[in-house]
Amino acid sequence: MIYEVFRQERKGQPFQHAGSLTAPNERFAEIYAREQYGRRQESVALWLVPREAVSEIDDFPDEFDLKYRRVDGYSIKTRLREARERAGTLASDESA
Amino acid sequence: MDTRTQEFLEYVQSGGQVETGDWMPDEYRSKLVKFIEMHGNSELMGVLPERDWILRAPTLQRKLALTAKIQDEVGHAQLIYRVVEDLGKPRTACLDDLVSGKAKFHNVFHYPTRTWGDVGVIAWLVDAAAIVSQKALLKCSYAPYARIMKKICWEESFHILHGRDVILAMVTGTQEQFELVQEALDRWWEPLMHFHGNPIPADEDPMFVWRIKSQGNEEARQQFLDGYVPQIRELGLEIPDPALRKDEETARWLFTEPDWEKLRAVVTGNGPASAERLAFRRLSREDVAWVERVVLAEAA
Repeated sequence: MIYEVFRQERKGQPFQHAGSLTAPNERFAEIYAREQYGRRQESVALWLVPREAVSEIDDFPDEFDLKYRRVDGYSIKTRLREARERAGTLASDESA
Repeated sequence: MDTRTQEFLEYVQSGGQVETGDWMPDEYRSKLVKFIEMHGNSELMGVLPERDWILRAPTLQRKLALTAKIQDEVGHAQLIYRVVEDLGKPRTACLDDLVSGKAKFHNVFHYPTRTWGDVGVIAWLVDAAAIVSQKALLKCSYAPYARIMKKICWEESFHILHGRDVILAMVTGTQEQFELVQEALDRWWEPLMHFHGNPIPADEDPMFVWRIKSQGNEEARQQFLDGYVPQIRELGLEIPDPALRKDEETARWLFTEPDWEKLRAVVTGNGPASAERLAFRRLSREDVAWVERVVLAEAA
């Protein structure tokens, strides 16, 4: 069976994919993970997940280009300038 | 080249990363398998020159360091074969091809070790030459391989320091010890100059074209010389190539052209220790076959 190995560098850090290993069962997977991914105390924790337990989603359609839900969907420059002009708070370098 | 392959080529050449499940041209996959498999084989075979010296190491600390280094090399082989398996070649097939002589491994592991001086030179300079290549592999277009290279590079850094420490102990020791290092360097210089491969221009090297390697062979060799010639010379050691010098104008190292035919002969199994090492691998594989059978039976 193939197990994916995720490692945590330090407490508080996310678990990151480090690689995989093959083992006949969970008991061996733990032994091999310690040996292959934990020889040097380089991680504070490892997650072992059978590959078949991982399901991946890799398509995120955005057919309608829903920009209004993102920062790049807004351009406030013009209106902000207008508002400052009206309030008389335009900075000296902006009034040109 | 069909459109899809052409697009893939442009993708990797502009820094695109490829994952295991992605579509890839057959040529890319087969080149990848060949390259990564050779690396796995080299880690496994690299154990043998050093393993010889565990019982003969001069101090307990050196014994422990050598054992830890070897443990790392085998661990690297395991990580690397795992990557090859995901590309479609089972590790038993890799090991079959290795012991039959069909698959290759790096030239440096086809040479014998004669003295403790060799052990220091290998751990310091051979590992240094390897790390130049391995750092470049961090940018490999095939992401699963690039990811394990991070761990491998991190562990190799202890190997080089250990090697350099062994050398320093000897060059600051007796005259006999100093001469042991010089003599080892004299024998290992040619394999070191061969290590990065013949100076095929990068854009004619399929491994570079597909961005499996991110630099050409000569680039890697120049980097190695830049980093390590000064370190070698500052110890009072002589490099056995009178033509070796850095051209100030071009900032390139010039040297006696290595014999590339000899390199080809060595990596196709005609090195001084090739037969012996492969025989040992074959034998130990037969010897431990029972472990695999028991483990797999127990787990079933």
